[in-house]
Amino acid sequence: MPDRHADRLLEAASRIILGKEHELRLALACLIARGHLLVEDVPGVGKTTLAHVFARLLGLQFQRIQFTSDLLPADIVGVSIFDRETGSFRFHPGPLFAQLILADEINRATPKTQSALLEAMEERQVTADGRTLALPSPFFVIATQNPANQIGTFPLPESQLDRFLMRIHLGYPARAAERALLMGEDRRRLLERQQPVLSIDELRALQHAAQDVTVADALIDYVQALLAATRTDASLAAGLSPRAGLALIAAARAWALIDGRDHVLPEDVQAVFAHVAGHRLHLAGDGRNVPQAALLRLLQSVALH
Amino acid sequence: MRAEPTRHDAHAGRAIGSLPPPSLTLQQGLWLLAAAGVTLAPHAGYLPWWIIAACASLLGWRAWLLWQRRQPPHRLLLLLLTLACGVAVRQTYGHFFGKDPGVALLALLLCLKLLEIRRSRDVRAAVLLCFFLQMAVFFEDQSPPVALAALSGTWLAVVALLALADPTAAHREQMRTAALLLAQGLPFMLMLFLLFPRVQGPLWGLPADAASARSGLSDTMSPGSISDLIASPDIAFRVEFSGSPPEPSARYWRGPVFTRFDGRTWRAERPLEASTPFYTPSGRRFDYRITLEPHDQRWLLALDFPGAGADAGVGPVRFTSFAQALLARPLQNRSRFDLSSWPDTTTGLQDAQATLAAALALPDGVNPRSRDLARQLAAGAGSDAVILERVLAYLRSSRLTYTLKPPLLGHDSVDEFLFDVRRGFCEHFASAFTVLMRAAGVPARVVAGYQGGEINPIDGHLVVRQSDAHAWAEVWLAGRGWVRVDPTALAAPQRIEAGLAAALPEGEALPLMMRQDLGWLRSLRHRWEALANAWDQRVLGYNPEKQRELLARLGFREVDWPQLVAMMSGAGLSLLGILMAWASWQRRTRDPLERSWQTFCNRLARAGHPRAPWEGPRDYGRRLAAALPRQADELLRLTELYGRLRYGAAADRAEIRALNRQIRKFELQ
Repeated sequence: MPDRHADRLLEAASRIILGKEHELRLALACLIARGHLLVEDVPGVGKTTLAHVFARLLGLQFQRIQFTSDLLPADIVGVSIFDRETGSFRFHPGPLFAQLILADEINRATPKTQSALLEAMEERQVTADGRTLALPSPFFVIATQNPANQIGTFPLPESQLDRFLMRIHLGYPARAAERALLMGEDRRRLLERQQPVLSIDELRALQHAAQDVTVADALIDYVQALLAATRTDASLAAGLSPRAGLALIAAARAWALIDGRDHVLPEDVQAVFAHVAGHRLHLAGDGRNVPQAALLRLLQSVALH
Repeated sequence: MRAEPTRHDAHAGRAIGSLPPPSLTLQQGLWLLAAAGVTLAPHAGYLPWWIIAACASLLGWRAWLLWQRRQPPHRLLLLLLTLACGVAVRQTYGHFFGKDPGVALLALLLCLKLLEIRRSRDVRAAVLLCFFLQMAVFFEDQSPPVALAALSGTWLAVVALLALADPTAAHREQMRTAALLLAQGLPFMLMLFLLFPRVQGPLWGLPADAASARSGLSDTMSPGSISDLIASPDIAFRVEFSGSPPEPSARYWRGPVFTRFDGRTWRAERPLEASTPFYTPSGRRFDYRITLEPHDQRWLLALDFPGAGADAGVGPVRFTSFAQALLARPLQNRSRFDLSSWPDTTTGLQDAQATLAAALALPDGVNPRSRDLARQLAAGAGSDAVILERVLAYLRSSRLTYTLKPPLLGHDSVDEFLFDVRRGFCEHFASAFTVLMRAAGVPARVVAGYQGGEINPIDGHLVVRQSDAHAWAEVWLAGRGWVRVDPTALAAPQRIEAGLAAALPEGEALPLMMRQDLGWLRSLRHRWEALANAWDQRVLGYNPEKQRELLARLGFREVDWPQLVAMMSGAGLSLLGILMAWASWQRRTRDPLERSWQTFCNRLARAGHPRAPWEGPRDYGRRLAAALPRQADELLRLTELYGRLRYGAAADRAEIRALNRQIRKFELQ
């Protein structure tokens, strides 16, 4: 039962990251839908731990890349170095060659470096010295981003944001969860002790199963109505693209699978909508991100028949 | 299918993204051409021939370009053509003002616009022009065929708009959608028709030449003047009796009364006029509503003998000393009048001596044989009544033939008719009889009008045509006043009882429509005329009074403009609401699964737990389960089942029926 796998994973993860079941579930859905995740929040709320948890529980090779303003594309992709013994150039893979990448504070890097990462995310391969090298599979990027108004950031352009399937906020933990966190064992140590609960093959099986989740005509109608609503809303700079529609359906499928269903309900779409659409929509005028309330209002403006 | 870029464009090295503007697809073009053609066709009846020819050739040119997939002609050429058309219109009408040059110019502009179309804005402009021209045709003609043509044009224009919006959709689908759109507009049209404040008379007045070229009786009568009318199947007037109509032999509709004779032509004298009749109506009474076609004369063509009539909206009805009913002004519009007539009334008992003397006058030296004959017949007669009997007996015995084609008559027309050719039409009979009576010393006069008419079996209205035109005579007898005598009846009694067709001798050529053997054609005509009449009465005849009557029947009395406007907006809004509700209801009841779900939601909504429009089945189920814990299991099960059937892999009918059953059985506790 693939859905039991998901439950097992979520259960183990929530023992380490307390009080964030919903966010963990979204992150897992993103992973199952073969998308990449953007986590946007202030430092110290557990963004890094989230990445660690997934790497550990799934037994994935893990690399963390701290993005800084002087980071160069070669620093993440890798470089070719002349090897005197063989008399030829040898490619030294960069940190990008891992199954789970934590790209920390991605908006601190220059656009050039950002785009190197984002292209690799999209293509799942890198080209260096005229050779094309496939990235490992599965390949999952969790990028973190500080709120854009902090000093020394290069905000990701809209076209790059589109490469992330979802954007989530972790937020401060609830009072009880925070208390348990403060009183409990150190998260790192807890993590080190944790054994993988899912093999890579089991993860692949989940990813496959998600693609087989039924999307009925009625649901397509609903998704189209949602897309149309974003396109006709005068307060938005532009509506959602067809690619965003595909992303919405992929995320909803994964969400339905985690829920143990073989078909997507409108509720699944509604659950992921704010996270799939949030970073793709901008307000007309000042181009700010769309607030959550506006996304909710948008959802409620589209009737289900 | 986009138009090929022309060579010029290809060489111009345009930047990417500014491709040559897409022209029309074949489908869009054909719809537009059809709309323009149907729109312009009814205008062909009155626009100058050169405009029709120009429009036809421009449309043909456009069709050819479309067929050859060529780009529209150069703008400069179109500009020149437009200028030329403007000059030509100016030359034809002498000015640009007013409706006729305006419509002509618009018709030409529509055709030119079609040649100019480069982007969707141009198509919209052309369709707008079509709409306007469809309306403009009603300035000239408001008959049902024209309305039908305008409606078809509107429909085609809407199809053209739809084809513009979605060039790939199927024709049939677009035609259906356009028809549906028009049908949806129908209630609004009706509402505006009924409630829009009416103005008296047509909005733009009548065309300038309305009074010319109308057929009908004239105010003189000479041999052949009435038989000319016989060929015309045009309707003179329609009558709707409120009870049963009088028998055919009593249906004499009075027109001009002729008293002066010059030997060949009878002329009418100016009678006295008053607001009440010169006689006292008595005997049987017939109430009827007469709808007169415009004839540019004052006479009302009332059934003999009219009593006080209602104000007809064109001034009060006047009565003359010749027992006519007259209008204040010549009749220029199709009009309706409510009248009453008393056919058995005695008239003229108190007529002045001068009137009677005038009714004896004959020109000297004309028709000597007739005068001799009259003197012989009068000799020794004790009274005028005896003379009348003798004259009638003479006419009866002299074997005169009733014919549609009387030979031409010379100077002494009555002599020639009575003694030489012995063939004539009603005016010959009436004229000869009157001359004989006058020569014998009895006051007599000729009355023209219509006799008979045909009951349309479809709507029961009596239709009187120009071919029912007739002339008869009246003689004045002491103590009896003016007595109607119809000498035609002596030769052809069927003319009075059964109409013209029955009265003519065999072998005589009749107008097509009067032929007895073409029954199906007549029946078709009856239907058509009933329809046209209903159209005239109900649609075109919907005037301020009718509107007031209708509103009063609905309970609104003394309605003024602001109230009408308020009613109109109210009715419009509620209609809109009904349509929207209907549309959403339709969408919701598409399939049985939806119906079941709708039933379920409605039932819970009545219990105070409505589903939010955006709420999915699972969320709704959970909310209901929390609100109604006693039935939580069942509610969760039903909503889960619906979600699976609706959004899961193809559900089979049995499951849908099962859900339907469960929902029907489900009861809130």
